[in-house]
Amino acid sequence: MTARDRRKLTFFLLLTPLLLWVGLLVVIPHIDLFLLSIREKIAPRHYVTSLANYADFFGEPVYVMTLVRTVVMSLLATAITLLVGFPVAYYIAKIAQGRARIALFMTCLLPFWVSEIVRVFGWMILLRETGVLSNFLQWAGLVQGPVEFLYNDAAVMLGLVYTSMLFVVVPLVSTIDSLDNAIVEAGYDLGGNGFVVLKEIVIPHAMPGIVAGSIVVFMLSLGNYLTPTLLGGKSSLWFTSHIYSQFITRFNWELGSAFGFVLLVASSAIVWLALRLSGQSLSTTIGRG
Amino acid sequence: MLPSLPQSRFVLWSYRAYISLFLVYLAAPLLVTAVFAFNDALYPALPWKGFTLAWFFNDTEPKLGLFHDPNLMRGIANSAIVACCTTALSLIVGTTTAFLFERYEFRFKEFFYMLMLAPLVIPGVILGISILVFSSSIANGVEDRFGIELEALRPGLVLVVLGQFSFIATIATLVISARLRKFDRSLEEAALNLGGSPLEVIRTITLPYLRPALIGSAVVALLISFENFNTTLMLVGSDPPLTITMYDRMREGSTPVINAVSLFLMIGSGLLGLISVMAQRDRTAEKSP
Repeated sequence: MTARDRRKLTFFLLLTPLLLWVGLLVVIPHIDLFLLSIREKIAPRHYVTSLANYADFFGEPVYVMTLVRTVVMSLLATAITLLVGFPVAYYIAKIAQGRARIALFMTCLLPFWVSEIVRVFGWMILLRETGVLSNFLQWAGLVQGPVEFLYNDAAVMLGLVYTSMLFVVVPLVSTIDSLDNAIVEAGYDLGGNGFVVLKEIVIPHAMPGIVAGSIVVFMLSLGNYLTPTLLGGKSSLWFTSHIYSQFITRFNWELGSAFGFVLLVASSAIVWLALRLSGQSLSTTIGRG
Repeated sequence: MLPSLPQSRFVLWSYRAYISLFLVYLAAPLLVTAVFAFNDALYPALPWKGFTLAWFFNDTEPKLGLFHDPNLMRGIANSAIVACCTTALSLIVGTTTAFLFERYEFRFKEFFYMLMLAPLVIPGVILGISILVFSSSIANGVEDRFGIELEALRPGLVLVVLGQFSFIATIATLVISARLRKFDRSLEEAALNLGGSPLEVIRTITLPYLRPALIGSAVVALLISFENFNTTLMLVGSDPPLTITMYDRMREGSTPVINAVSLFLMIGSGLLGLISVMAQRDRTAEKSP
């Protein structure tokens, strides 16, 4: 066997696991999912190809409204996470010094070592009627009687922002950290005030981090199931729970697959649009490693 | 604003107050979860009824402790099995794929790289349902054709492992690639010149160099697998991992035994974190001779 043959053999040995993984667990299952979504059951064990499932989706306002609501809430969660996280990331990257800086950064990461279910549970204890916040307000005399803070959209938003914080703070710290202090100082020397320096220098520089963080947060919020189900009320239905109920409760896999595809297309389209508008690409934002 | 520039005390102190509030926001849910694990009441809520260790060690209803609760213990065991299998698979495939993308030029490389990244931008619920649909098609096909029931392809731990692996392998690939990229290939060439066979060189030079990345991605993989909810929810069978068991309990309204599990998980992740810090330290020790 020549060195060239050996190199070729190694190449195929390395390629096989990737092909098996991506082929059998990602590409083919999604094709199968799509095929199932365009299948209509007309009699027991008898199917035809049709777009009936998609027609069901678009014909039923409840489904469409849930999708729209989920997308809007996810976008809002992304915006709030950015607004809350940016000052924190800036503080870690530029203001805090030495040990305090490392300690602060580590503290920001800490909650994310714990399972999402534990974090959501913590919020349930804090927000429920017999919970810590309600009791605290009564004790402080600000309210009369117990108050329920759980089971509404604000609670869902709080939980989503909490869960997403890490994915905004980490990329932002690294991009803001790479901004040369001299450039910020030059901005002030040239007469800019804090706001102008932020708008003209810091934010444009941090853009790759902002885009990377936003995409991850948006995707995670849109595909979330746990937080909206446990913190939200009856009216704050998330689109993923429609998918769940079609698959697991109603056993209507055809319609569930169509829902899955609609969600996939919606999320891909929005991520693609965000990348286009900001002039970034997927491999540079997510794949930076 | 920068530490090197003059800044009004008021602005600086309000900035610090904001950071402190942020830290309270991060810590609050985790803190209350941990504290209520020791509350001697039947619900994880106020009022405080005194300190107890019953939620860990008591062996009788109604205050059944974590270590005597067969459901929760089975959940922990299932999660541990799933996490170990997923991590082992992800490390192997992550390493081969990292070598493939870092060491070889081939046609459609960019396309394959995108496919490899895709699982990170597909919502977990959809990864779950697509694998569920595909494995059921195979299982049904085999059953109709040959009359053999493939138990492994029905919802259960095998599918949970495959589902989690489908996206954790991407994370492992990214972490390992990042370190492999920094590797000085002349070290390998030197070893080859000194008469080592390619496999020996990989085993004695390249893999030891990758060790911190391998440990790091193993820790991340274990954590993500243990925490995973969305993908697992769609693929779970009659033997649920811990997150699913906890979710069911939380919806029913559980005793503080859930707090005890949560604290147990926090300590577990803390220990894992310690391991990864050790691995990082190893890396710095390696750099300085």
